[in-house]
Amino acid sequence: MKMVTLTIDGKPISVPEGTLIVNAAKKAGIDIPVFCYHPKMEPVGMCRMCLVEVGRSMIDRTTGEIMREADGSPKLQFGPKLETACTTPVGEGMVVLGMTEKAKAGRQDIIEFLLTSHPLDCPICDKGGECPLQNLTMGFGGGESRYLYDEKKHQDKHVPLGELIYLDRERCIQCGRCVRFQDEIVDDSVIGFFQRGRSLEIVTYSEPGFDSIFSGNTTDICPVGALTTADFRFQARPWELRPAASICTQCPVGCNLAFSTRREAVSGGHWVIKRAMPRQNEWVNEIWICDKGRFGYHYSKSPDRVQQPLVRRQGELVPATWEEALGKVSEHFKEAGSGLLTVAGGRLSNEDLYNLGKLTGHLDGKKALYSTMGGGDSTLQSGLQPGSNLADMGKGSAILVIASDLHEEAPLWWLRIKQAAERGAELIVVNARPTRLDNYATHVVRFPYGVEAAAVLAMVNTLSAKRPDLPESAAALGRDAALQAAAKAFAEAENAVIFYGSEGTNLETSTALAQACQNLLLATGHVGRPNNGLVAVWQRANDQGAWELGWRPTANLSAAMQAASALYIVAADPAGDDPAYLAGGGLGSQDQAFLVVQDLFLTATARLADVVLPVQAWTEREGSFTSGERRVQRFYPVVPATTGSFADFSVAGQIGQHLGLDLENRLASRVFAHLAEELPAFSGLSYSRMAETVEQWPIVGRGDLYYGGTTYENSQGLGVQLPIVGQAGLSWPKLSEINIPRLGMLAVPVARLYDRGSTLLPSSILHQRIPEPYVLLNAQDAERLKIPDGAAVQLIPAEGETGLGVRAVARLDAGVPERIVLVPRSFGLPIPVPMAISLRLAERVLV
Amino acid sequence: MDADNQPLNEQFVLLRHRQHLNISDLDIYRRLGGFDAFQKAITSMQPGDVTEIVKASGLRGRGGAGFPTGMKWAFIDYKNWPHFVVANADESEPGTFKDREIMEGNPFQFLEGVALCAYAIQSQVAYIYLRGEFWQLAAWLDRKIAEMEAAGLLGEGLFGTQYNLRIYTHLGAGAYICGEETAMLESLEGKLGQPRLRPPFPPSFGLFGKPTVVNNVETLTNVPLIVARGAEWYRSMGTEKSPGVKIFSLSGSIERSGNYELPLGTTFRELIYTHGGGIPGGRQVKAIMAAGASSALIVANDEALDTPMDYESVPRVGAQLGSASVIVIDDSVSIPWLINKTMHFFKHESCGKCTPCREGTYWMMHLTDRIAHGAATREDVELLRDVANQVKGKCLCALGDFSTEAVLTGIERFQADFELVVASPQAST
Repeated sequence: MKMVTLTIDGKPISVPEGTLIVNAAKKAGIDIPVFCYHPKMEPVGMCRMCLVEVGRSMIDRTTGEIMREADGSPKLQFGPKLETACTTPVGEGMVVLGMTEKAKAGRQDIIEFLLTSHPLDCPICDKGGECPLQNLTMGFGGGESRYLYDEKKHQDKHVPLGELIYLDRERCIQCGRCVRFQDEIVDDSVIGFFQRGRSLEIVTYSEPGFDSIFSGNTTDICPVGALTTADFRFQARPWELRPAASICTQCPVGCNLAFSTRREAVSGGHWVIKRAMPRQNEWVNEIWICDKGRFGYHYSKSPDRVQQPLVRRQGELVPATWEEALGKVSEHFKEAGSGLLTVAGGRLSNEDLYNLGKLTGHLDGKKALYSTMGGGDSTLQSGLQPGSNLADMGKGSAILVIASDLHEEAPLWWLRIKQAAERGAELIVVNARPTRLDNYATHVVRFPYGVEAAAVLAMVNTLSAKRPDLPESAAALGRDAALQAAAKAFAEAENAVIFYGSEGTNLETSTALAQACQNLLLATGHVGRPNNGLVAVWQRANDQGAWELGWRPTANLSAAMQAASALYIVAADPAGDDPAYLAGGGLGSQDQAFLVVQDLFLTATARLADVVLPVQAWTEREGSFTSGERRVQRFYPVVPATTGSFADFSVAGQIGQHLGLDLENRLASRVFAHLAEELPAFSGLSYSRMAETVEQWPIVGRGDLYYGGTTYENSQGLGVQLPIVGQAGLSWPKLSEINIPRLGMLAVPVARLYDRGSTLLPSSILHQRIPEPYVLLNAQDAERLKIPDGAAVQLIPAEGETGLGVRAVARLDAGVPERIVLVPRSFGLPIPVPMAISLRLAERVLV
Repeated sequence: MDADNQPLNEQFVLLRHRQHLNISDLDIYRRLGGFDAFQKAITSMQPGDVTEIVKASGLRGRGGAGFPTGMKWAFIDYKNWPHFVVANADESEPGTFKDREIMEGNPFQFLEGVALCAYAIQSQVAYIYLRGEFWQLAAWLDRKIAEMEAAGLLGEGLFGTQYNLRIYTHLGAGAYICGEETAMLESLEGKLGQPRLRPPFPPSFGLFGKPTVVNNVETLTNVPLIVARGAEWYRSMGTEKSPGVKIFSLSGSIERSGNYELPLGTTFRELIYTHGGGIPGGRQVKAIMAAGASSALIVANDEALDTPMDYESVPRVGAQLGSASVIVIDDSVSIPWLINKTMHFFKHESCGKCTPCREGTYWMMHLTDRIAHGAATREDVELLRDVANQVKGKCLCALGDFSTEAVLTGIERFQADFELVVASPQAST
């Protein structure tokens, strides 16, 4: 990269050729004020705030030499006008003057203009205290107003762009950051400018308004209080807020969050969370988060949480002391011994899973990860490793996404993969149906549901014909020109990553899929290096951590639960997810094993329990999660926990103590220390190492919030990516396909960002975005089954009782393959894995 | 005009419909040699030769900036394809009404100019961007384009060559800013009409990001005769640095307003008194706006009246020739009233993209409202000057700067008018 040397306000600096003056100055620690410019977006030069004087070396046209003064210094030519530092690239020998009287006067002029139309409502503005306009007015403004107050233009102050984001039209300074974010960064062009001149305003043209799952980010980069979230609007003043670092629990990306908290009278003097904000981590979420992460945290403070231990007496669950509850639990666990089955959900932290594993192991019990997705072993052998960053992938790289709708499942991965494709990476999207990622793909490959692994093996075969005995379905796929081209592009890439999801698969077929993906990576030499490897798009935030810690899903959870003599179900709700567990899973039956449920809520499973153990939410304690990219990241206590409540690891630790097992139950850091000692991949890791940070670009937060927005800077740790331990080898998976039934339909569960899960539904702010339970099918099938769009239908399992069909609204979608019904997960529709069903019109048609 | 320089006894170069009343009839236009230049160009000339002739003619852009046309064509990036031609028919400057007359009266010469430009830069698609109010004109041009297609003058394989060309009209939605070439390209792409950052300029990054020549209607209408008769012929008119003829749109306090096609370098006095018949009612000319509402106010003294109207001379009296829409202001007009009018226009037409123009025009409108209506003080005039200076030189496009021209030159050159208004309220209304 060619470097260019220039001086800014007398300070010499070398930056890569093409750098804009405004960024060169920032790197040199010099602030050039901006409103419209944002370091993550292309410059537009609209606000005119970044005015500087620019002197350029004069070049002798005849010789091409730099002209020099008598003293040998380069001869400089200054333009007659001030120039915008945000649109001007640096030049060799350039002299930039930002603090001359002329430049300062220019900035003062712009501030004065902006303030002529800006209201004087800082005292009630949500941005007041962290407002670039306020700050830059202090820094560069004139100090008095020459504009007649009566001539101010008054405009609407409460314009909902949707129910999530409000616009104050008076406060808007027309910088266009929000519009450009939606167009350039996330490609949801749902807001724009309308009218012109002083009447220029932001409008939404989507239904529902501002229909974008990234909309909240516009409030972070809005340099005034024009855009605010319905969540934080008029809730608190920024200077009252204390930030606390956390990690989002809604998906396996592991976005870094900062919760803003305040101790307030209206909440009885308690510390409460006032908002969730992105915290910069340029390896994970950069400076963005999705709206699910921003607005979905409310479950942590839901009044429906279980507050104290419950034990069953005379058939009723009644409050009990911890001592009584733990005594009862340990007694039964001891009795059960190896008959104990611990079922844990991927929402738990590494520390929780470690202690639960230790406790179960102590009794020789069995443990099961509550998941229908397999393949974690492949990610341990061939996953990402230190030094990997999607932001480094572009030209020369390839990213393959299979069996996943990332926009719904892991929005920040979707965003960063889209951007990699825009930088020139080969993006290969292999799905049974169209998804939004197709728009950016260089290769789109379609296959029928049920043959995911075969599709990948067909790609391997195309390249090296290592496995000639593929079933006909895979062999047929291998003759597909699109698949062949995709395989070639993947093989030729210098770096390549595969994201595999669980759409259309069950535990068995997703395990095969992961193995097939691993084979493709091995066959093309895309393992063992940074920015190469396999990433699982897990259904829960810490599924990867669970696999790393030795937790595995069990092939037949029903049978395992039935066989157990004591059940310890933590952060999972099988009875609520699938009534099949009630019928054949040993739950709720007369001979149900002793059941302990440890959860935030009184779930359907908890209602069947003998003992219910409440726990702290992740906002009330510390711990660590491992993201799908194998980055172990710390989360910190955000609000104080109620006295007498415990984290999951602590509850497990205390049960262990009752059983004579020395398990740490106080400090998460010490649990982690044990874990790091025991697991090779975690070797050398500690809470302090995970808390390390390095300088990041762009610079955000504090005095720089005019530049990068109100995203919080990361001073609490970037986390650490785990190394690969051990060697991976080719291993050919047994192919078992899921076939579409001869009669009826195949129901395929799909992920929806806004679902009806217990960790989202308490956020009432999102309710308008969460639909009633629904299923999707294509128009031909609907016609054949005589199901009109919007009709209520019953889903009747092909096997099992016919009368138990659940109801949902049928919606038509051209993207759904023939004889397939897409069933959103976490909507109360009991389809955890693909299964044959029949679809029948319900009596009443919903409007 | 020298008759020897007018072959075929042509009295006009551009407004030929005034001599040949039915020149908008394709047969008549062709009988007068129409499309011979186009045929000659695509059958016997290299594209670069066409550009060379235009370069040699010294033709400069008639939209206002006066940029050498041939040089603009030569800037086209030949590594990036396809290329586009966009004819700027947005004609929105107050006082400018020349392009409309050309397109109404002499449409084929304009369209042939578009075609020649397209061939010169090897563009196969050309657009004519018309202001929204020109919808009847767009329909008229569509008919003329259809006639050309029917006659084999547009379409595929023209004159037996490999060259294809289509011309389309496109209506704007009625915004002044869309006359600014990059805002026009945005609008043509279907976006909000707001100017782009420059550089890059349209010849390297234009319509849909492709190399594009944007020329004014009048500029392009010159081209067929330049190609037909040669650069020397064209240079025989006008001045050395501003060769050729120009249409002067004359309006304001004038006996005979209208379009006048005259050689560049004609004096204001000749235009106003010889051609325009002088000022009605025996009044005196007080000021001249040579470039519509964007003009600096020229104090109409003898020096100014004897100044030749060309791109080099007008700046000597502190103004620009611009699109040569000459608005004559007589001694009955109060300058504060005048600049109040221009400020209402600029406030209404500011696109709002950049801060100084969006906020400055709004502020200046309020200030000039008060000043013009005798509700202001001397300090308000000073403030107005300050605000105008704050806008000037800081805007994203040239149009923001233009909004300050009349204000600043008005205050500077017609101080007495302002004294009158702030000293005795009511004087101006």
